[in-house]
Parts: sequence; C-alpha cells; structure tokens
Amino acid sequence: MEIKWYLFLSIILFCIGVAGALTRRNSIIVFMCIELMLNSVNLLLVAFSKMHLSIPGTSAYSAIDAQIFVFFIMIVAAAEVSVGLAIIVMMYRNTKSIDINFLNRLKN
Amino acid sequence: MMNIFDEVYLIPLFPLLGFLINGLARKVISKSLAGFIGSVVIFISFCLSVLVFINVSKEGFTTQNINYFSFINIDKLYIPFEFQIDQLTSLFLLIITGVGFLIHLYSTSYMKDESESSYARYFSYLNLFVFSMLLLVMGGNYVIMFMGWEGVGLCSYLLIGYWFKNNDFNNAAKKAFIMNRIGDFGFILGIFWLINAFGTTSYHNLFDAQTGILSSITEKNSTILTGISLLLFVGAMGKSAQIPLYTWLPDAMAGPTPVSALIHAATMVTAGIYMIARSNIIYSMSPFTMMVVAIIGLATAVFAAIIALKQNDIKKVLAYSTVSQLGYMFLGLGVGAYSAAVFHVMTHAFFKALLFLGAGSVIHAMSGEQDINKMGGLGKKMKITYVTFFIACLAIAGIPPFSGFFSKDEILGAAFSVSPVLYVIGVIGALLTAFYMFRLLSLTFAGKFRGTNEQLHHVHESPGRITFPLICLAVFSAIGGFVGIPEVFVKNGNKLADFLSPIFTDSNKILVAQTTSPQTEIILMAVSSILIIVVCIWAWNKFKRYDESVKTETALGKIIQNKFYVDELYDAIIVKPFKRLSKILSNIVERSGIDALVNGVGKGINYGSRQIRLLQSGFVGNYILLMVVGLVLLLIIQLLSK
Amino acid sequence: MTTTQILFWLLSALAIVGAIGVISCKNPIYGVLWLIIVFFAISGHYVLMNAQFLAIVNIIVYAGAIMVLFTFVVMFINLNEHPEIPKNIYVKAAGIIAGLCLLIVLVAALSRASENNTQLRIDTGVGLIKNLGRTLFNDYVVPFEISSVLFLSAMVGAVIIGKKEKQQTV
Repeated sequence: MEIKWYLFLSIILFCIGVAGALTRRNSIIVFMCIELMLNSVNLLLVAFSKMHLSIPGTSAYSAIDAQIFVFFIMIVAAAEVSVGLAIIVMMYRNTKSIDINFLNRLKN
Repeated sequence: MMNIFDEVYLIPLFPLLGFLINGLARKVISKSLAGFIGSVVIFISFCLSVLVFINVSKEGFTTQNINYFSFINIDKLYIPFEFQIDQLTSLFLLIITGVGFLIHLYSTSYMKDESESSYARYFSYLNLFVFSMLLLVMGGNYVIMFMGWEGVGLCSYLLIGYWFKNNDFNNAAKKAFIMNRIGDFGFILGIFWLINAFGTTSYHNLFDAQTGILSSITEKNSTILTGISLLLFVGAMGKSAQIPLYTWLPDAMAGPTPVSALIHAATMVTAGIYMIARSNIIYSMSPFTMMVVAIIGLATAVFAAIIALKQNDIKKVLAYSTVSQLGYMFLGLGVGAYSAAVFHVMTHAFFKALLFLGAGSVIHAMSGEQDINKMGGLGKKMKITYVTFFIACLAIAGIPPFSGFFSKDEILGAAFSVSPVLYVIGVIGALLTAFYMFRLLSLTFAGKFRGTNEQLHHVHESPGRITFPLICLAVFSAIGGFVGIPEVFVKNGNKLADFLSPIFTDSNKILVAQTTSPQTEIILMAVSSILIIVVCIWAWNKFKRYDESVKTETALGKIIQNKFYVDELYDAIIVKPFKRLSKILSNIVERSGIDALVNGVGKGINYGSRQIRLLQSGFVGNYILLMVVGLVLLLIIQLLSK
Repeated sequence: MTTTQILFWLLSALAIVGAIGVISCKNPIYGVLWLIIVFFAISGHYVLMNAQFLAIVNIIVYAGAIMVLFTFVVMFINLNEHPEIPKNIYVKAAGIIAGLCLLIVLVAALSRASENNTQLRIDTGVGLIKNLGRTLFNDYVVPFEISSVLFLSAMVGAVIIGKKEKQQTV
C-alpha cells in the first residue's frame, strides 16, 4: 500500500472528529470525537513508521521510536480520559446537564 | 597711556554688572544702594565713552575692530563676537550713556515710592536695557546688533509692564513686544539673506571702502540689495515705530515716565535709525528702498503730528511727537542725508528726554494726573520745570537758534534738494509739531488751574535730583545744535557732519549730490522759521484761555482724538479675525479634530475590546471553530506561497 | 487487487462509517458503540501494517478500558432526563463546513507531497512485541516508569474531582 491512502484515511477520520466536536453539544460525544482524532493521528504515526523503513539507509530503531511514541500517546490518552470523564461526572452532578455550553462558567 | 580701544568691553560690562547685582540681590539691598549702583555703573560707562570719543575724534583715527571670540563658526559661516568702534558708534555711545545716566539719576528720585525689591528690579531692567543698547551700537556685525536689538525689545517689554499688576499695562507691554517681533522678523530675514548672499555679517567685511564686498558691486537696485534693505527697514519700522507698526509706542507710555524718556524717546527707538545709518551703503545702492524709507518717514511724521494735535494725555502727546520726529529722521535717511538724521537723533535725544522728564516732573507734582485738561497755570509753581520745558518746546518746534532748528532744517533742506514736495509736506509737519507742542505747553503751564483743590495744594517744584537732569538737558537742547551749523552761515560750521563723514563717504560717492543755492536755502529757512514762530504764538494764545466747558468737538476732531481709529482698524482686520480663527481652531479643530481623534482612539479600543471580548464566549465549540479556521488559513497561506 | 488492499478498503470504510456514526448518533451509548467499531477497524489497520503490539494495546486500552469507562459514565448519567439540546443550525453548518474545509485543504496540501507513493514495508519485525518490548525496557524505561506516575496522578485527580462535596456546591 502507498502511504497516501493511510494519509487520506487519517485526514478523513480527523476531520470527522473535528466536525463532530464542532457540531455536538453533548460533552461525552465531544470527548469521543477527540479520542477519534487522537486515534487517527496514531494510525498515521504507525503508517509513517512503516514507510520510514522503506527509505534506504535508515535503521530499524527510528521506526521503533515512532511506535513507542504511539504507545505513550495511548498512555496519556488513558490518563486524560479518566480525568476528563471525572470532570464530566462532576459537571453533571453540579448542573444536572452535560451540555458543553454550560462549561462557559469560567467566563465570569 | 593705555589704549582705550583695548578696554571698550568695559563699557557694556558695567551696566551688565549693575543688572546682575541689582537683579540678583534685589531683595537684600536697600533702595539708596540699588539706585547708587544703577547710576554709578552708567556713569562709569559714560566716562569711558567720553574717553573713546576723544580718541575717536583725534587725527588719524581709523575704524577699530576688536574681535573677542568666535561666536558662531559653522562650515564657511564665521560670526565672531566683535565690536566695532568708529565715529557713529562713539556718538551713539555718548548719547546712550549720557542721557541714560541723567535718566538714572532722575529715576532715583522719581521712583522713590516703589517698594525696595521692585525699586532694585527697576534699576536692574534699566541697566540691562543700557547694556543691550550698548551691545547694539558697539557690535561689529549684524548678529551682535541683533542680540542687542532683541535685548532692548525685551527690556522695553519688561519696563512697560513694570507695574505688572495692572492688566492694561501688561497688554500694552505685550503689544509692544508683538509689534517689535513683527519688525524683528523682517530684520532677521534680512540678516539671513545677507549671510546667504555674502557669507558674512561683519561690517568691515561688507562695507570697507577697499576690501568690502559691497565695494565690488556697482549695479544699483539689484534684487538682493533691495530685498535686504527692505527687510532691514521692516526691522527698523518695528523698533522705531513707523507706519504701520507705530501703535505700540503711544501705548508704551504705560511704563514709568523715565522709562518713556530713556527707551521710547532717546535711545531704543533710534536703534532703527542707527541700523540704517550703519548700513547706509546698502541703502545708497538701492534707491527704491530709499524712496520707500523717505515716503514712510514723511507719512509717519505728518500722520503722528496730526494725531498729537488732539491728545489730552501729556505723555500721549509726547509719544506721538516722538513717532513724528522719528519720521523726520527716516525722511533724512531716505533722502540720503545720513548725518542730518544722526544729528536729529542727537538733538531729539536731548529735547525729547527733557520733555519726558519735564512731563514726569509735572505728573509727579500733580500726584499722577496725566490729563492736560486738568492742569494749567503750573508755570508759577514749578519755575525750573516750566523753563526747561519751554526750552524743549522751542527746540522741538525748530525755532532758531535752538538745537531742533539746525537738525530739522538740515533734513528739510536735504529733502528740498530731492523734491520740493517732500519739503512742503515736511514743513507742514513741522508746523503741526509747533502747534501741538505749544498747545501742550500752554495747557499745562499757562492759564488757570483746572484740577482739584487738593492737587493745587500739593503742586510743588520737584527735588534736585529731578531738576538737575532737566537743567543739563535744557542746556544741551539749547546749544546742542551748534555742532551742526549750516554751511551758509559759517564756513565749515557743520562739525558733526565732518566728524561723521568717514562713515558716509562711500554713500556720498554713490548718491548724486544735489545742492541748492545758498540764497534759496536761506529763504527757505527764513520762511519756515517765521511760519513756525507764528504758529507757536497762535497756539499759545489760543489755549491760554482754554476752558473745558465750552469745548465743542467737530467730526474731524473726534477722528483725530481717536487716533484715526488705527488701533480699532488693526483690531478689526488683524486681531479679531485672528481671535475668531483661534476660536474656530479651538472649538472645531481641537474639539472635533484632535480631541475626537484622541477620544476616538480610546473609544475605538474600548469598542473593539468589547467586540473581541465576545469571542471569549466560554463556549468550547467556538474556540475549536476558530482554531480550525486559523489552521485552514495557515494551510491556505502555505499552499499559495509555494 | 491483493487481499491486503481489499482488507484495507474494507477496514477504511468501516472506520469512516463508524466515525460518522459517532458524530451523528442521538444517544451517546450508540456513539460509544460506533466508536468501538472505529477502534477495532484501526486495530485491524495496525495488524495489516504488521504492528501487532499496537494493535493489541489499542484494543486493550481504547476499545477495552477507555470505552468501558465511557459506557460506565454514560450509564451513570441518566441522559434520558436531559436530552441534548440541538445546536443552532448555523453553528452546525459552520462546524461541518469548517471540517470539510480542513479536509479539502489538508488533502490539497498533502496530495502534492513527493513521497506520497512510497510503499509501506510491512515485512520487517519492527512492530513485533518482542522488538518493541526490548526497546521499551532498554531505551525508554525511564519514561515508562514516569508514565506510571502519570497514571497515579490521573487516578488521584479523578478521585478528587469525582468525590461528592459536602453540600458546598453552589
């Protein structure tokens, strides 16, 4: 497979995530859209790591680094999700709503 | 014996010292000490001036240039701080320090009612004035002259506004300053043009008969010389109160009377005459300017004399007569009779100072009253003042053999040789002068007293320190004319013209000498003298039986009394539009222009902030949207720039 | 068309459909399910690219742990009482247009890249668990251990945030 197909797939997934984050008001769905974007980027990173190997004269280590990077992204995403969902729960408890527009309280 | 010319810097230095001492220590020194210092420094300068004069009048004297230090030195322009001593300078030195000293002496008594610090302030201003005037006449180039020129303008402002608590006086001071400024502007433009055209302002570089720049120019009426001379004349117009810049001088009478005598009669106003006499070669080479000078001088002489006919303030009459006499001097300059003009400066300094000091003495006796309608019959009570004033009147009216006769006659004679029309108008002016002077004399000293009883009891002769200067000046007024006896009476009688001739030789070469036959001259003199005497007697008798109650004012009289409404005219055509323009600028340009701009910036930022604040809605969606839009824009820029 | 290609297209279609399902579902619980489908599709892509370790981790972490968490939260919050208020139609349109613009611009930008046609090499053992594990515990052992600290702090944070406050809520 050529790299471009992975590229376009990642872009499509990422843009769907962006559109979802822009159009939805449910904070859980917005949050899921963000996860979607993260995953599209992960996919692209893995594809690049595989592409990297086909360039002559590169060592396998640099390709491995990319996948380690993806691994760490997953770690951070897991941590982020746990905190983010805790925030959503607290917000629901306080406002009886998970509408993202209720999160503008910081404004005042 | 030491060479006096090495020490001439002492002449202006002493008045400067007096100014510094009186000015800085005015709160601590007593009145008598302030007056003493003020007078003594001038007296020392006077003695030095006499020494200088003696040396100058020796055989074989050549013009001295004393270069002290480099004042301005930029590229090719070199302006040193230099003095030039020659016959003209030494004569003016004598007049300034001599008359100046007498007036200082007079002031010590006249101003004795002032508080101590303002008494010292008065003397410090007076000393500063003398210093500036000395700088003006001793300076060896136009820049030094300009420094003195500005200095006397400043002192004039300070002294007119000496009683600064009275707002009218302040306004008069401002008026004098601004009118002078208009003239100074012309003067400084003239200096700039001079530098531009010739690269120097030093007299000896410009005027020297052999090496001077101007001696190489033969063309008459060249644009450069005409322009420079006209601009310099504008300066003279302002300082010497000629039409149209004369209105400040009558208002300048707001100052103390000795100031009027010193500044506005004897010295400062003659600065313009000095300047033109100094630049006589430039003027001789531009006949057009000469004509302008003569016409303006003559017009001023007659115009001011007419106004003086109807003035009732004793000092105003004298002020207008000063303007009128200055006009005669300009007439003399304009017809090429430079030495006659300088001669008239000298005699005028004597009798006008005398008139003002006499007027001061009268005002003093009348407890500040200046209206001649309220005087009368003072002659019996104030013998010395009366006699000296009478001599001064004879001198100014031009009755032989008093000093004014010789100088005025010399000017009129020169005017006749140029054009009889100038002569006739000049004589009419002289008749007017005789008339208003004797009207003044008669109203003040003859007839019966018209003031209040209280004033009548108070009237007394002034003390010695006032009468002494009066007597000195009266002597000079009476006999001062004999230094310039016309050739028709005594061969080589005109000593002054001989004395000054080195200054004017080059000019006399350029100007075509027009001589009148001795017979004509004598006839002219006789006719004018007889006419003047008749007018004097007529005026004297007319106003001896003057009674205010039967006075009826004709329309013309009213116009004259109001000085032809010139002040009102200036007010209407210059001051009012100017004020209106200022108002427009302040109301419209300032409010809706500059203020609106400044406020607009504030409002704009305020408004903009309020609008931009809406972007910070707190809605996460909006932030993401904007982020995406920004990303898209960045990528588009990236794409297009490839 | 090789098997790999067929699988690629199938998985891609699955991922895109799942993603669209996520953003268009009414009930969040369906969104969670659609998202699980997307994750599985992405894991399939990892397998296709011979990155087995990441494929497994993706399923365990995302499809497993994270989505369970999501499901739990969705169930914890009774959303039937508070149905989502739909966004303003203009805002929605703006969101979709912005997404499309981003898509077009990114595609336009990247379609010109010179290495677009580089083939992936999936025949190496780079993505295998053995190789990655060796690298992870040799070169990246410190970041790995630090990530445990990150987890700990995230856990503590989640507990503190989620703790019921004692009637101090406003």
